[in-house]
Amino acid sequence: MLRDITLGQYYQTDSILHRLDPRVKLAGTLLYIVSLFFFRNFIGYFIAAVFLALVIKLSHVPFKFMVKGMKAILFLLLITVVFNLFLTPGETLVSLWKFTITKEGLRTAVTMAVRLVMLVIGSSIMTLTTTPNNLTDGMEKGMRPLRIFKVPVHEVAMMMSIALRFIPILLEETDKIMKAQIARGADFESGNLVKRAKALVPLLVPLFISAFRRANDLAMAMEARCYRGGEGRTKMKPLAYQKRDRAAYLCIFVYLAVSIGAGRLMI
Amino acid sequence: MGILKTQEVVYEYIRRDEEGNVEGITTAVDHVNLEVEQGQFIAVLGHNGSGKSTLAKHINAILTPTEGTVWVDGMNTSEENKVWDIRQTAGMVFQNPDNQIIGQVVEEDVGFGPENMGVPTKEIWERVEESLKAVGMYAYRKYSPNKLSGGQKQRVSIAGVLAMHPKCIVLDEPTAMLDPNGRKEVIRAARGLNQVEGVTVILITHYMEEIIHADKVFVMDSGKIAMEGTPREIFSQVERLQELRLDVPQVTLLAHELQKRGIELPNGILTIEELADCLMS
Amino acid sequence: MSIILDHVNYIYGEDTPFAIKALDDICLTIPDGQFVGIIGHTGSGKSTLMQHLNGLVKAGSGRIFFNGEDIYEKDFDMKKLRSKVGLVFQYPEHQLFEIDVFSDVCFGPKNLGLEKREAELRAYDALRKVGLPDELFYQSPFELSGGQKRRVAIAGVLAMKPEVLILDEPTAGLDPKGRDEILHQIKELQQSSGMTILLVSHSMEDVAEYVDRIIVMNKGRVMYDDIPKRVFGHYKELEEVGLAAPQVTYILRELKRRGLPVDGNATTIEEAADTIAEALKRRPSGKLF
Repeated sequence: MLRDITLGQYYQTDSILHRLDPRVKLAGTLLYIVSLFFFRNFIGYFIAAVFLALVIKLSHVPFKFMVKGMKAILFLLLITVVFNLFLTPGETLVSLWKFTITKEGLRTAVTMAVRLVMLVIGSSIMTLTTTPNNLTDGMEKGMRPLRIFKVPVHEVAMMMSIALRFIPILLEETDKIMKAQIARGADFESGNLVKRAKALVPLLVPLFISAFRRANDLAMAMEARCYRGGEGRTKMKPLAYQKRDRAAYLCIFVYLAVSIGAGRLMI
Repeated sequence: MGILKTQEVVYEYIRRDEEGNVEGITTAVDHVNLEVEQGQFIAVLGHNGSGKSTLAKHINAILTPTEGTVWVDGMNTSEENKVWDIRQTAGMVFQNPDNQIIGQVVEEDVGFGPENMGVPTKEIWERVEESLKAVGMYAYRKYSPNKLSGGQKQRVSIAGVLAMHPKCIVLDEPTAMLDPNGRKEVIRAARGLNQVEGVTVILITHYMEEIIHADKVFVMDSGKIAMEGTPREIFSQVERLQELRLDVPQVTLLAHELQKRGIELPNGILTIEELADCLMS
Repeated sequence: MSIILDHVNYIYGEDTPFAIKALDDICLTIPDGQFVGIIGHTGSGKSTLMQHLNGLVKAGSGRIFFNGEDIYEKDFDMKKLRSKVGLVFQYPEHQLFEIDVFSDVCFGPKNLGLEKREAELRAYDALRKVGLPDELFYQSPFELSGGQKRRVAIAGVLAMKPEVLILDEPTAGLDPKGRDEILHQIKELQQSSGMTILLVSHSMEDVAEYVDRIIVMNKGRVMYDDIPKRVFGHYKELEEVGLAAPQVTYILRELKRRGLPVDGNATTIEEAADTIAEALKRRPSGKLF
């Protein structure tokens, strides 16, 4: 059920992308997303698509696996397309009963859909090729300057990484408790909203209790292994830029210059 | 003084009702005295609620005694400034394999302890490698813990403690949630640590077959040490063990049954070979 | 009246890179009133099999009949099936949620649409059956000991008055005494009520004394399905798949190998002690002579 969501799950394999510094991937993803909003013509999107295809090829993650993840946003995609298609005023193309499709509507709907798909695939490549731990490491180091403003960067990163570790465990647990209550005749699917909300009590109470128990156990285990905050800690995998990271930065900037330059040409 | 010594240790906690009023006081550990020498394999047995886990948490300074003293490698656990040294000296592995793995990749989890201790990066890698090899999990170093079996997760936890180079490892019911195969894996790993690495192992359990190879066994009941001795001495008292809600290995039980039927056998038989030898001689 | 599984298959995580054949062509008949032990190590498919029996997991292919009705027929009442086939999960105490023990046990019967009085009667009856002392009925379930919690959770399923009771590792995490107590209680329940009981376990030793029949699962298939004695006869094959026969079996084999004429089929300590004592007496140069 819940475990079927593959969007953004780390995919274990070995590729140049997997080995890149997470900071490069974070910055690259951000810049790529920004670039998508600068294009005014088809060429920009074309270049972005080619770039994306190259990156996918480099990532060694099967394209099928990414497409499967897209199922999760299919609904969102559909709404975006439908709204833009029917609700954009302009030159009428087709008119069906009360609905009219305009030239502008068609154009926006297509660009929005393309943008959304590229955005999601683009950012999922980051999560697919970066272990969550690595990602939090990248954020921790990338956000280090914020410590001057008393932002607890290490603590936030640690919390995120623990949350990520426990999400699959808690999902599995939800599944199990749900099944156990269904076996006792619980009904999570029928009835009105109030009834359904009430039906969740037998699921949520045990889930919370278990989450608290796990949190307690984990805190104890961490203390037993001498954890006492970020002070004085060393890193097993300290982040340091390599040659390939600098090359990757260069690629990203070349892409940015080319795509935005071409994408803003008026044709 | 040995690696661990407890003197008249008492641990009490206050039970409260829903409004927070004191309902009563429970004595979980009741005047416990024990001493463990460096390099020993010690088993602490007891049924659920006998106080064995509470006692175990004292060795790692997670709990400190209400009365009495615990010394770990000569350090008094009640002295707050010694806490981190004590935790480095006596590592701890807990019962639930899911709730003690912090890293999302096996090797990162094993590196967690050394990272906290401020060990230099290069040395962390060396320690991680040797620890994972010691428990036979090196091949899985790049795996996500979620993809491992219960026994494998517990071995990763043991490696995580081992990487801190402790003198002593306390295993608090590490096998209670595992299947028989997982149980065997973990016990084998624990024995390996003791024999190969010379680490003192304190194994808390309620499975009798896990303590056969221990140097010394303590049996706990309602917070007190009820029995103490070598496995053979302990197992020779079948009835006493059953009173304490504990099991006896089937061989020992069978030997006991045969004794009752008038067949002459020594007390405390532990293995199949032993029984066969005695019967056939 | 019985449960029949007819060529049941189930693939876990189909269409993913991690697809595993969890159940592979399972054909079984479980008649009324039998006490069946289902043995297999983690990942053998035993838990998945159990979840098929009350419709929580739907087979990829194959059919399951409950009392002659195909449970995958369109108009089959799944809710009714779930009340007839009670399933107690591993660590069932993790599903407790009510403020007191009694209300928690009432949850099942109330979901069946029973009147309050009837539901309470059943809850009371179920709690008595699992041997929980009366004074604990109005305590919070979270304040009970591990063994007590587990009894409450089992009572929660019993209160639905199932015809078949499935227990997935009901003794996991309990100490030896707690384990024996629960198993005794289950045996008693089966004898007094004539309920069909399926006990899932990874320990042969635990179930050997209690069950009429053992089904050994391995890699999603039924490996052996027979009375305990005969299943343990295959101890070598069992060992190969990571299971072991009770230690008694090994003792008797060893004695036999060394020439003592014992009956190698004994499975309990009592039986083993009898046959060994017998054999020693018969032996001309035994230690008794």
